[in-house]
Amino acid sequence: MTFSELLEISISTNLEFSEVILAQEMMETGRDPQKVKKALRKIMHVMLEEAEKNYGKEFNTLTNLTGNNGAKLSNAVPYMMSEFNHVATVVAISMGESNASMGRIVACPTAGSCGVMPGALYALKYIKKASDDELLKSFIVASGIGNVVAKRATLSGAAGGCQAEIGTATAMASSMITYYFSRDPVKVGNAAAISLKSLMGLVCDPVGGFVEVPCVKRNGSAVNVAIACAEMALAGIESVIPFDDVVNAMYNVGKSLPESLRETAIGGIAGTKSAQEIVEKIREKWDSKN
Amino acid sequence: MGLLEVSGPVMIGPSSSHTLGALKIARFVYKLMGIPQRVNFVLHGSFSMTYYGHGTDRALIAGVLGMKPDSFDVKDSYEIAKMYGLMYSFESGDLGDVHPNTVLIKAWKDDLYNEIEGSSIGGGAIKITKINGVECSLTGDFPAIVIVNKDKPGALKEILDCLSVNIANVYLRRINALEGIALTIIELDENVDDEVLRCLKRLDNVVELYFVKLEEGELL
Repeated sequence: MTFSELLEISISTNLEFSEVILAQEMMETGRDPQKVKKALRKIMHVMLEEAEKNYGKEFNTLTNLTGNNGAKLSNAVPYMMSEFNHVATVVAISMGESNASMGRIVACPTAGSCGVMPGALYALKYIKKASDDELLKSFIVASGIGNVVAKRATLSGAAGGCQAEIGTATAMASSMITYYFSRDPVKVGNAAAISLKSLMGLVCDPVGGFVEVPCVKRNGSAVNVAIACAEMALAGIESVIPFDDVVNAMYNVGKSLPESLRETAIGGIAGTKSAQEIVEKIREKWDSKN
Repeated sequence: MGLLEVSGPVMIGPSSSHTLGALKIARFVYKLMGIPQRVNFVLHGSFSMTYYGHGTDRALIAGVLGMKPDSFDVKDSYEIAKMYGLMYSFESGDLGDVHPNTVLIKAWKDDLYNEIEGSSIGGGAIKITKINGVECSLTGDFPAIVIVNKDKPGALKEILDCLSVNIANVYLRRINALEGIALTIIELDENVDDEVLRCLKRLDNVVELYFVKLEEGELL
């Protein structure tokens, strides 16, 4: 299923866009739309619950390479960010750090990119006072955008680099925000396309292979990309290249990335001298424990 | 893959392949035989290189204790293992030409002993690749019946005659020629009822019977 096909159905049936996505899901998987909706609401509630619980907390992560970044940002008064961005960024980083300390997260779409969607969701709920039902519609639209990427490309960092994980998470979050404010599927497509284009080519280069550096902070910056792209789309800015084409391009870029930049902890920042020294120290610490 | 797989699952971090997948492989052992008394994990490839930084060890212990992938207890599985008196050990090993994220789990419970080998193939998806040395390819998304049976003519037919549900795959191999023992793995489309299990238990050729049930809520 392409995004343009979803768009066509929504125009020809005049159905609300989240209903189009649920109907399409039934066609593809045979799953009852009401059950899917209920399950997605549950997932959304887990996100909000965990965002609330972990907001700005300090964490003791598995490798201790991160853990206090959400707390630092939450204690700081922003110089230039809006409250919406600030809250979204704190949540995104906190969720990344909670993930790295074996907390409960939603792999939306992956564990490494688990902070972007909750960041946007939590800011909509607490800064924009979004109702549960309105949030859910936007969350379903975001899931539909993620599903287009999953079906036509990949969500895996090992297969497509970080652009497939954080890139998709950002496209989803941007779509969610855009749909919440506009109810306009065309603008949703623009927000998703502009987001994915912004992060096109992003490599997966975790230090030591652990989901901490640069993953945690990348969640924090990505949610701001999502917000910026949503703002652009809401203002009527269009993506010259339609979302479906951008997804194909992302897939092709992912395939042409060398293996060293696809979650192997060989290239990118993982390949730097400082990263290798850090990993060496971590291993020594573990060996002395065992 | 659908909306729920894209926007989920809810899990304990940090890694879908190294934490969630590891837990699901170990949980297969629990579903097969309950909580073992002793367990040995042989970690291969990336699992052995990075297990500590991904909590793979805690996820594996959580899995054999039967914890679900989103249980807050996963993080504290070492302490909880103590409460159950579970003895555990980890070792690195070369399991041959297998996926980089592969683990072999040896589990003991009373006079039962089972070996499960599985790979975490990405995004939290797993493949059980060997049960007691017999190669198979189970996703864990479907129920399965594992039977240690006498290797006699007609034994398989008897077993299949008990089944009233659709069979997805059957794996069968002689595991001990001397004692005439074979292992049969049957992957099913849906759970079977108690009557089927009673029918199987009644068979003289069935030595050990395990039913790996698909639990409510695991799939929609």
